[in-house]
Amino acid sequence: MHADGDGISDMTDSHTHSHPHSHLPDDPVLRVKALETLLVQKGLVDPTAVQAIIDTYENKVGPQNGARVVAKMWLDEGFQAAMLDDPMPKLQELGYYGRQGEHMVFVENTPEFHNVVVCTLCSCYPWPLLGIPPGWYKSDAYRARVVREPRKVLSEFGLMLPEDTKIRVWDSTAEIRYLVVPERPAGTDGWDEDALAGLVTRDAMIGTGLVQRPTT
Amino acid sequence: MSRVHDMGGRFGDGPITPEDEAVFEKDWHGHALALNLASGALGQWNIDMSRHARECLSPKDYSRFSYYEKWMAGLADLLVEKGLVSEVELETATASGPYALAERQLKGERVAAVLSSGGPSLRENTELPRFNPGQAVQTRTLARNEYVEGGHTRLPAYAAGKTGHVVLCHGAHVLPDTNAHGLGENPEPLYAVAFPAQSLWGDAAAEGDEVILDIWQSYLSPA
Repeated sequence: MHADGDGISDMTDSHTHSHPHSHLPDDPVLRVKALETLLVQKGLVDPTAVQAIIDTYENKVGPQNGARVVAKMWLDEGFQAAMLDDPMPKLQELGYYGRQGEHMVFVENTPEFHNVVVCTLCSCYPWPLLGIPPGWYKSDAYRARVVREPRKVLSEFGLMLPEDTKIRVWDSTAEIRYLVVPERPAGTDGWDEDALAGLVTRDAMIGTGLVQRPTT
Repeated sequence: MSRVHDMGGRFGDGPITPEDEAVFEKDWHGHALALNLASGALGQWNIDMSRHARECLSPKDYSRFSYYEKWMAGLADLLVEKGLVSEVELETATASGPYALAERQLKGERVAAVLSSGGPSLRENTELPRFNPGQAVQTRTLARNEYVEGGHTRLPAYAAGKTGHVVLCHGAHVLPDTNAHGLGENPEPLYAVAFPAQSLWGDAAAEGDEVILDIWQSYLSPA
């Protein structure tokens, strides 16, 4: 145990007094193993639940869900209007509801405004629609920089916006989760939902990418 | 005043490498996430407490730990703080105490139902919204918790003492500043507030760009 020396004395803020995690092994692989072994031994965690959670986010829930919603919005004006007004009833109907997606807001890109989403304080992200966030979304560099210099950050993704496009950076500081609705690319008239959904990338729904029609 | 997690606007981080990696880059990442969710389902803490546990890591640990190492450390600290495991058990990776709460264990077959039922933070409002869309508002001068010294808050330092305007009213949501410390949910109106990027970062930011944050009513005053 060690004091972290930040001088805070309030007794209710007990995290600041000691860091029990320092008892665990240094190697993260062993650290996770030690904790899992202990929690299973104590009957606090069911190993089949651990596998079920991993399987959910590896195989079942991911950006294909968000892509489906975006494609529907492009195709159906009524659905689009409902999603922009209050998306939760429709998302519940579609089965795209759950942990970290309880309060969704969809923000649309236009020629005038480009939206991009971050969580500077941690890594808040709309899990039921996009799955688990990619490494870069959780990185210090993205969290620290995209609010201050979005154009430079977007250029690192290969995204160069016209100078007269205004950028709106959404910092997810509460339980509201934002999803960017990219612009539908030209030349996709008559495409069906599956084909359109196939174009919508995870990055386009975070705002670090655009949706492009394949050139081949 | 601030803690290490509050890094919005910080200088010094390098370029971003947008690699398209696997959902769980390493096997233990998935386990770290799953252990957090399965332990959370025991109902001994809320999401604000788990966020606070991670941000209470020492700046040295916070910086050197990878993402899921922070989750593991926060979880270990919470398990001990709430009395679910002892420090000796952590050190020996061997259970010695009573199997408290084992009856609340999240069973594998319940995982899908629990994940898809979520944990909404919207509450029936008891406090009326003081602000309307379009209205100018100012954030509190310091990004600090008003209840607990050094406590949890969701106002980033870069947006403290700034003037913006309300763009959305989200209804009343649980207040993290109290909920993280067992002081009750105290739901209050939550707003999306837009700030001109230049008001946050000066002339280096582009005119017309905005940063929009979700901000609780008690963090705001009329501007």
